[in-house]
Amino acid sequence: MSMVDDKVPEALPRRSFDWRFFAEMPLASKVGLAIIAINAFAVIFAPWIAPYSETEMFRDLGNWAPPSAEHWLGSDQIGRDMLTRIIYGARTTILIALCATLLSFSMGILAGFTAAVMGGIVDNVLSRIVDALMAIPTLILALVVISVLGTEIYILVLVIAVLDSTRVFRLSRAIAMDVAVMEFVEAARLRGEGLWWIMRREILPNTIMPLIAEFGLRFSFAFLFIAALSFLGLGVQPPYADWGGMVRENAQVISYGIPAPLYPAGAIALLTIGVNLVVDYILARQNRSAAAAFEEQEL
Amino acid sequence: MLNLLLRRLALGVMTLWVVSVIIFIGTEILPGDVATAILGQSATEENTAAIREQLGLNRPPHERYVAWLGAFLQGDLGMSLTSRRPITDQIGFRLENTLLLAGLAALIAVPLAICLGLVAAIKQGTIFDRGISISTLLTISVPEFFIGYVLIFFVAVQWRWLPSMSSVNTRMDIWDKLPLLILPALTLTLVTVAHMMRMTRAAVLSVMNSPYIEMAELKGIRNWRIVVQHALPNVLSPIINVVILNLAYLVVGVVVVEVVFTYEGLGKYMVDAVSKRDVPVVQACGLIFAMVYVGLNMTADILAILANPRLRHPK
Repeated sequence: MSMVDDKVPEALPRRSFDWRFFAEMPLASKVGLAIIAINAFAVIFAPWIAPYSETEMFRDLGNWAPPSAEHWLGSDQIGRDMLTRIIYGARTTILIALCATLLSFSMGILAGFTAAVMGGIVDNVLSRIVDALMAIPTLILALVVISVLGTEIYILVLVIAVLDSTRVFRLSRAIAMDVAVMEFVEAARLRGEGLWWIMRREILPNTIMPLIAEFGLRFSFAFLFIAALSFLGLGVQPPYADWGGMVRENAQVISYGIPAPLYPAGAIALLTIGVNLVVDYILARQNRSAAAAFEEQEL
Repeated sequence: MLNLLLRRLALGVMTLWVVSVIIFIGTEILPGDVATAILGQSATEENTAAIREQLGLNRPPHERYVAWLGAFLQGDLGMSLTSRRPITDQIGFRLENTLLLAGLAALIAVPLAICLGLVAAIKQGTIFDRGISISTLLTISVPEFFIGYVLIFFVAVQWRWLPSMSSVNTRMDIWDKLPLLILPALTLTLVTVAHMMRMTRAAVLSVMNSPYIEMAELKGIRNWRIVVQHALPNVLSPIINVVILNLAYLVVGVVVVEVVFTYEGLGKYMVDAVSKRDVPVVQACGLIFAMVYVGLNMTADILAILANPRLRHPK
């Protein structure tokens, strides 16, 4: 006990961003970061970098034209420029995934922290609800709900967010449990701070790093999920350009040796690989610093 | 141990019940009314009322739930709204196809993953080992349909080894179906094998530093024998667990793969039903998928208890 007593427990000091995060990055993760940056660039500046307009049809080019100097990736099923469609498609697909992830994080963290701090019956009820939802495969449950609610974009975002927040709940509850038993949280409780204050000022700053890594993983999950739904024809509906939908629209010609569906499918694959490369690095860094902290304690 | 197994079984049955409730609630009590959802734009007062009558929507939800579940348990899955025929007749052939595909994929993926995982553990740190961790990352991040179309593009179209579409019908027997099944099964294998392999490797490596392994090394036993005879039995339960979790994933992964290869299975049937708003079919397929999934998860836990002496005797 004396070991604990002579160190007065207090919240960790707020640290500014550690720039070594980028300097120590291995090459693979730098590639991942570059992929993310390119995609972000395409999302923000789509109208300026796209060579043609989103809906322009090139009659003389025809459908599924092979790649050429003017049209780097050829044309799609009604003669639109494939590269342009992919750049605009980045907007729809990535923004939907981002909205869903942000929403699922807000819900998951709020519920997870509440469960960890309040404990008892609140924790029990929330955990059992999440257990029940997680007992059904995500895609199957989403299909069941979509069959009744339809495929409006806000419904897709909501469905993905709710299903995904169960994972966020599990993680944020687990890591908040570790923090919630610390003395500084107990001190805040005794001071009479409210639930919201404790979650925001005591728990969140001490759980932020693992949550950032989880954000990357959840984003790539939501992104693959919306792509899969659109591919099945149950996600974003035409005329919006969307990567999953583009794979579906161009799928039939693959039997004739035209690789058109591979371009949007490849774009999906590339972004998730990029995100995973960066997440791997964040997780590895965390493990290292956790090991270092552990050694420090031992000394 | 019997006690523990019975408790797990009871929990499994309860989970199944909860799952059926969630699927029922998901389709029946959500704000979008099924009758108007089916009719869409063409909904009028009369035909909405007619559909409600036909589906029995005028009865209270709990009564409908009991009737639905009771019929389901007796093998009556209700009537399809679009084809107006009993779902049970249409589902048998498709369920068989799906299980055939998932089974074939599992038959290839599981032994392959465990062997590769063991080899990676024996040859830890070599190029082979690093190749495995890179391929794991690739196959985990890439969507199933990307792998599927790449396989179609090269194997079926460029090299003409196999057919690109897997159209099966009721008159084909298993040997006619087999060549059509290879590409979809290969896609599912590629999606699941990396994860199982990585977990096998990690599980074996986690015991490689134990004193009893060191003892075996000092006795001069060869490396592969140490891994297979001494390390493997002790990590059997995590490996079984990850294998069955991946099988559960396979059962769901078939949905996308069946659509890619236009293979008449339960997954494609469900997707078609969702786009046609054929709610009874969606419910039936959803419940079957969920049942297989819950069942496999329960099997994973039970096998883990059986394989682990420490779990057999809980304190």
